[in-house]
Amino acid sequence: MRRLKALLIKEFLQIRRDRLTLIMMLGLPVIQLVLFGFAINTDVKHLPTIVFDQSLQQDSRDLLSSLEASGYFDIKYLAKSYQEANSAVDAGKAKVGIVIPPDFSENLKHGRQAAVQVIVDATDSMAASSAISAAQLIGQIKSQDILLQQIRGYSGHPAEKPYDIRIRPWYNPDFISAFYMVPGIMGVMLTMTMVMITSMAIVRERERGTLEQLIVTPMKNWELMLGKIIPYSLVGYVQVTVALLAGILIFDLPIRGSLALLYVLTALFILASLSLGLLISTVTKNQMQAMQLSFFVFLPSVLLSGFMFPREAMPMVFNLLGNLLPLTFYLQILRGIILKGVGLSVLWPQIIALIIFIIITLTISIKKFQKKIA
Amino acid sequence: MYAVELTNLTRKFGDFTAVNDVTLKIKTGSIYGFLGPNGSGKSTTIRMLCGLLEPTSGRGSVLGFDIAKDSEMIKQKIGYMSQKFSLYDDLTVIENLQFYGGMYSLSGSLGKGRIEEMLNLAGLKDRQDELVINLSGGWKQRLALGCSILHKPSILFLDEPTGGVDPKSRRMFWDIIYDLALQGTTIMVTTHFMDEAEHCDEIGFIFEGNLIASSSPAYLKQTIPGTLIRIPTDDPMGLLEILEGSLLSYLDIYCSGTSLHLLMETEKLAQITDFHYEKITPALEDVFVYLVKSHRKE
Repeated sequence: MRRLKALLIKEFLQIRRDRLTLIMMLGLPVIQLVLFGFAINTDVKHLPTIVFDQSLQQDSRDLLSSLEASGYFDIKYLAKSYQEANSAVDAGKAKVGIVIPPDFSENLKHGRQAAVQVIVDATDSMAASSAISAAQLIGQIKSQDILLQQIRGYSGHPAEKPYDIRIRPWYNPDFISAFYMVPGIMGVMLTMTMVMITSMAIVRERERGTLEQLIVTPMKNWELMLGKIIPYSLVGYVQVTVALLAGILIFDLPIRGSLALLYVLTALFILASLSLGLLISTVTKNQMQAMQLSFFVFLPSVLLSGFMFPREAMPMVFNLLGNLLPLTFYLQILRGIILKGVGLSVLWPQIIALIIFIIITLTISIKKFQKKIA
Repeated sequence: MYAVELTNLTRKFGDFTAVNDVTLKIKTGSIYGFLGPNGSGKSTTIRMLCGLLEPTSGRGSVLGFDIAKDSEMIKQKIGYMSQKFSLYDDLTVIENLQFYGGMYSLSGSLGKGRIEEMLNLAGLKDRQDELVINLSGGWKQRLALGCSILHKPSILFLDEPTGGVDPKSRRMFWDIIYDLALQGTTIMVTTHFMDEAEHCDEIGFIFEGNLIASSSPAYLKQTIPGTLIRIPTDDPMGLLEILEGSLLSYLDIYCSGTSLHLLMETEKLAQITDFHYEKITPALEDVFVYLVKSHRKE
């Protein structure tokens, strides 16, 4: 007990002395939250648009104002030729070019199809798909209105739309991307600090020779492991708390589930990340290697865990690879508790996955560590 | 009673044999000096005794405990100071001492008393709140020594404790070592300095992993056959070449600083007529040179 206490005091003194790392660990949650929460919006709106309207009738003006009202298109330029619209898209001044032919209004009046060309700069696929679906949707609604009017004209009484699809966006009805991002950032940030800092902390002892001096004392391996795990778990909890507070204060993040459950399950994820860090520290020789290997874990965690890209859209292999990362399960837990308000009855598979991960990595790293001493 | 007993102890790193078939005994309460050039296997031997490395073959015991099986028992009772400074340089002097006090489970009041003693012993009382990173080499080594004897170990392993240390700290170091030995602590110390080795009760010469001699300095000096003479000269290398080309029969010849050392059978000394020379008693350096050469001949 005395030894563990000595190890803990030592570790806290070192954490406190290393000001830069400490500031990074505590400042990181806030900075990342603000960056991701405000800057990143996957729903692309307000695309600069150039219009070449050759019809210049009531109908074409009507279509254009519908497009603009959707919020996706900002009509910034009016072209005087097809060429001008083209070059504006080429130059990147406009992301969308809308070309309305001279016979547009004429065709509509006579019940013929009226073509409209929408040129989309698809170099940015996210912007392009927003523009495409918005334009298609407006086209369909407009066509529908005209059809309904025609039916009314023939039959003499108002017609109803045959389908009425009503969408209820649960959990985040206003599509506030911060709600989606904040839990994700908490997970990503914990992965980064927990894996990287633990792996570096032990490798640093080896590099500086302090580990050798520790090994000749009567210290037990588990005491050393706990001496690292306990202080960094606390750091992890401080980070989670800072991130949650920032999320609530800055973004009005709702916490629909049990905060207590969130904190308990966070321990599992912290433990999983720490054991991964310990594992890295047993296979690397210096801090540089530990850093590189941590990044090697970090990148797939960001890409495959469902933090930024939906896992449903990934090819099977990558989807399965994502199952090897503790972050994948922790994100499901975080979003489940924070946004959906679900509890243990829903989250148990994720909990089991994390526990399996911890048992495997911790066993390997303790075994490996003993070999290193011998 | 022996504090350390090694029988055919061997350690290999792949194809390289760092320590080869070493057999030696160290008396309880004595100072044992371990001498040899860099890479000869001194540190590897000490690291095996401290439980940092496992022997490839052979047996060893420290304080009666087997080094392969009971290393945890050994760790309670030994102190170790490695070649490389290995304390926390982002902690203060006193924090390091407190940390090691905790690692050896010293109780509150006992620990405090010992820490105070160590601070006084190492002359670090005035600098106890300084970060270790700000201490210079000699001071760091004193602190390292303090941390390694905090728990009153029965045996102390010092791996080149005086490397890169100023003469004043070196003296202080040896004063402390003598003192500990007087109180009954067994000390095993590796060193490059031959003058330091003279202070040991016994010394072992290790060369390319082989222990080529282990005995008291006085006895080792007697192992040299014949008479050692010194020829003072401005150009030892030149004279060496001349004598090597002459008909003079000698056992060994080598430069030592600004003079030439010549080892001859006593009855043949009369052959030297052209030079002024003086008979000298061999220093440990001469013994080492002689032993290495005869080891190579074998």
